[in-house]
Amino acid sequence: MIKSNSVIRKTDVINRRMFIIGAAKIVVFVGIIARLFSLQINENKKYLTLSDKNRIREWKLPPTRGNIVDYFGNVIAGNLKVYQLHIIPEQVENFNYLLVRLKNLLNLSDKRIARINKLKSELKPWESIIVSENLSWSQFVKINNYLYDLVGIKPVMTISRNYPFNDVYTHVLGYVSQPNEEEILENEIIQERFVPGMKIGKLGLEKRLENHLIGTNAIQRYEVNAYGKRINQLEHQKGKQGSKIRLTLDTEIQKACGELLNGKAGSISVMDIYTGDIIAMYSSPSYNPNLFLFGISQDEWQLIRNNPLKPLINKTLSGLYSPGSTIKPIVALSALENKVIDTKFKVKCTGKMELYGQTFHCWKEKGHGWVSLKNAMKQSCDTYFYEVARLLGVDRLNVTAEKFGLGKKVLGDYFDNEKKGLFPNTKWKKNNLGKGWVLGETLITGIGQGYIQSTPLQLCMMTAQIANGGFAVKPKIIVDSNPISYEDAKQSMESGLLFDTDSEELLDKKLFKDQRNIKIVQEAMFASTNERFGTSYKSRIDDPKYQFAGKTGTAQVKRISKRERELDLELEQIPYKDRDHALYVAYGPYVKPRYALSIIVEHGGSGSKAAAPIAKKLFKLIINRHDLRNKQSNFERITV
Amino acid sequence: MFQHDRLNNEISLFQKIKNLDYILVISVILLSLLSVFVMYSTDGGEILFHTKNHFVKLAVFFPLMIFVAFFNIKFWHNFSYIIYFIVILLLIYVSFFGIKSSGSQRWMDLYLFVLQPSELMKVAIIMCLAKYYHRLKIENVNSFTSIIIVLSIILIPTIFVISQPDLGTSILIALSGLIILWLGGMKIKYFIYSFITFLISLPFIISFLKPYQKLRILTFLDPDRDPLGAGYQIIQSKIAIGSGGLNGKGFLKGTQSYLDFLPEKHTDFIFTLFSEEFGFIGSVGLLILYIIIIFRIIRIGSISRSNFAKLFCFGYAFAIFIYIVVNLSMVLGLLPIVGSPLPIMSYGGSSMLATMIGFGIVLSAKINHKQMIA
Repeated sequence: MIKSNSVIRKTDVINRRMFIIGAAKIVVFVGIIARLFSLQINENKKYLTLSDKNRIREWKLPPTRGNIVDYFGNVIAGNLKVYQLHIIPEQVENFNYLLVRLKNLLNLSDKRIARINKLKSELKPWESIIVSENLSWSQFVKINNYLYDLVGIKPVMTISRNYPFNDVYTHVLGYVSQPNEEEILENEIIQERFVPGMKIGKLGLEKRLENHLIGTNAIQRYEVNAYGKRINQLEHQKGKQGSKIRLTLDTEIQKACGELLNGKAGSISVMDIYTGDIIAMYSSPSYNPNLFLFGISQDEWQLIRNNPLKPLINKTLSGLYSPGSTIKPIVALSALENKVIDTKFKVKCTGKMELYGQTFHCWKEKGHGWVSLKNAMKQSCDTYFYEVARLLGVDRLNVTAEKFGLGKKVLGDYFDNEKKGLFPNTKWKKNNLGKGWVLGETLITGIGQGYIQSTPLQLCMMTAQIANGGFAVKPKIIVDSNPISYEDAKQSMESGLLFDTDSEELLDKKLFKDQRNIKIVQEAMFASTNERFGTSYKSRIDDPKYQFAGKTGTAQVKRISKRERELDLELEQIPYKDRDHALYVAYGPYVKPRYALSIIVEHGGSGSKAAAPIAKKLFKLIINRHDLRNKQSNFERITV
Repeated sequence: MFQHDRLNNEISLFQKIKNLDYILVISVILLSLLSVFVMYSTDGGEILFHTKNHFVKLAVFFPLMIFVAFFNIKFWHNFSYIIYFIVILLLIYVSFFGIKSSGSQRWMDLYLFVLQPSELMKVAIIMCLAKYYHRLKIENVNSFTSIIIVLSIILIPTIFVISQPDLGTSILIALSGLIILWLGGMKIKYFIYSFITFLISLPFIISFLKPYQKLRILTFLDPDRDPLGAGYQIIQSKIAIGSGGLNGKGFLKGTQSYLDFLPEKHTDFIFTLFSEEFGFIGSVGLLILYIIIIFRIIRIGSISRSNFAKLFCFGYAFAIFIYIVVNLSMVLGLLPIVGSPLPIMSYGGSSMLATMIGFGIVLSAKINHKQMIA
């Protein structure tokens, strides 16, 4: 019984204690359910997002660049379908066999094979290796024929930049290529849209307009597993092609420029004298930008780099030349405006001029005799302009020259390789060279030699502003959202005021004090081309439709020694590097002028022999395309 | 009293089947079926290795449970000490000749399947202590000798399991033992004192932990300190459960699971997968199923006449409860990660074997609830 009692007491204890833990269990279970509730109901959204972040991976595809078109809508920088070959390592059965097969089929170099092997060890097995970025069609067909034997190979069609006119626009457009790290970090938009294989503008407008041209990425969403392997595709979001950019350039004229300068180093610029539209801008020699798209080969690169005619330099914008006699219209204008001379003012040219014991030679050894402004310009008499410059002084000349655009950038910030050149004055010399100005330097500035340096585009603009009656133009290379028609431009110019769309102000566009002075200079330039004994008389066109006025220039690249002067060597006898640059500036048609141009042939000899004949050929084409250009009025709204 | 004993001893097979606790049996069947479906999901919706093996184990161990139930509770009482010693011997065997895997030595190869004796110890220790307290006079419960004896019964297997090393299982063994001490009537102040002592010596204990165990504790305190390393499991587990929401992502649609973000999804993290696919409703449902099982075991304990059956049932109910709580707390980020399977649901033969034997003894207690044990 005692035992039984003890058992019963024990049972009581057990039951009581069971009750206590029973209660504890309920509390714990409630706690667990509360935790489940907080995770699954309260924080469900947070964890759903995290779960999606785990499983969804986005793949950005390279964006499609916007097209660049010429004035007539011809695509000059477009996109082309290219065929690429990818290897997906995890699908390959025998990697070495595959490489041997591909090597034979595509003639891959050992270097390329080594590179593929390196990529294979760096990438994850499901990431594709690009074997060839640009297969020819025949290679592509070949690969497709052997596809059964090439396990793990994927022929891919993709889009690549293409410049259909090859070297015609290189210096304007630049080219695209793979960005380096610095370029990616510099530009936020590139950083955001960068994907391997994407190309960005490296030079020219392609670089300057990167943010407009770049376009947006297409995005592919995949479900991936914990190891990053794609399981299935979820959706495809299309990208937007970059903006289309329309240039003021005319491909036909641009092409003609290239042909005219073929084999020579030089530059041609053509500008609408009212709207400021740049119609052609060609630097010779050029090179093919398509070579850079898939990485240029060492050989091709060396060929371009070591070419003595320096194709890599954009001579139109970064070539600095002494303007030579092409500066004479500005010297004459400045003297007229400052009332230093008038049309009757005459100087006797004896072939040279002595000043403080220094001799300044005229190009014509025998001299021109008594010459007036018109004759001096026509025959490009140096002595006359020495004298005019002496009377005028460099500071007053500098004011006029800068007004007409010398010594400053023409296209502003569109090209970071554009140079601003130099038009000296006494203050400049003092500040920069620390010496006082010497009168002799004024004389040689008067014939466009000495410190003075200008780009071909500056000379073109200078000529345009003389041609339009002495009004400032705003040079343009891109057809912007607010294009101005030639009539409006001309009218507003002649009323003397122009609404500037950038600063939203009415600007005084007059560059002259007395418009008759402009007229005098124009007539002198006309005489230089169209009257007997004019320096470019041989290059004249008599048909008034094409008749143009111009001024030749011959810029010395080195001081001519006395001996050389006596020898009077033929061009071919002088070493190339020592030959003069040939220059020519002109505008036309003379009666109702529309276009101005500047031509420079490096080391081409005299302006009348090497540069002016090019203008004759070019003007015909420019004027012939005039009506076509006028009709091309479908201005597309493009915001840049 | 003799008569009664005799009557009970002569229960026919038919009577035994009739006297089975059907609520418990059906709950176990439901849980088993559910576990097969979940295992099928971990295999990515195919009948692969885990699903097949899990099913085969259920097919063997469920009948074993019924078989165990058909033995008289007295039989289990009589063999309690022997079973305990056999399992101790197995633990000793394992510590010398066991199979090593991922840094610990817990298994022995039985040709048909690999046995983890520490799982069996979870049940054996309850049997052993239940018998000890059943026989101990209430007056002697708090005597020095008895306390030394029961502590030794708990400590010996615990130390063996810790040295394997297997912290999770050893904690579960110790807790299963301690609950019998509690139920047996050990003074409450002893529990309180030893709990305080435990808290004070905690830093000391921690200094004895293996580096990876310390890391687990640190990771538990702040999973984000190493999200791709030590904290990965718990972060991914919480993401899976949290993203399940109210209704879950649907059967076989748990992205965290089939895209392999979940670690150990077959074993310790099986609840995570279940919760991701069946949501809050499913999770609470599963919990209710477990609560029914626990409740039924307690109920069987309370109708049992013998204190051995009572102690075993209450102790085993608590053990099941602790397994569930430790496992769920772990996957819910409430406790550091210690290896502990979810009964029946988790893949693993030894755990299932032990659980089924435990259920079998409970069912035997039900069949023989009127049985008195001297």
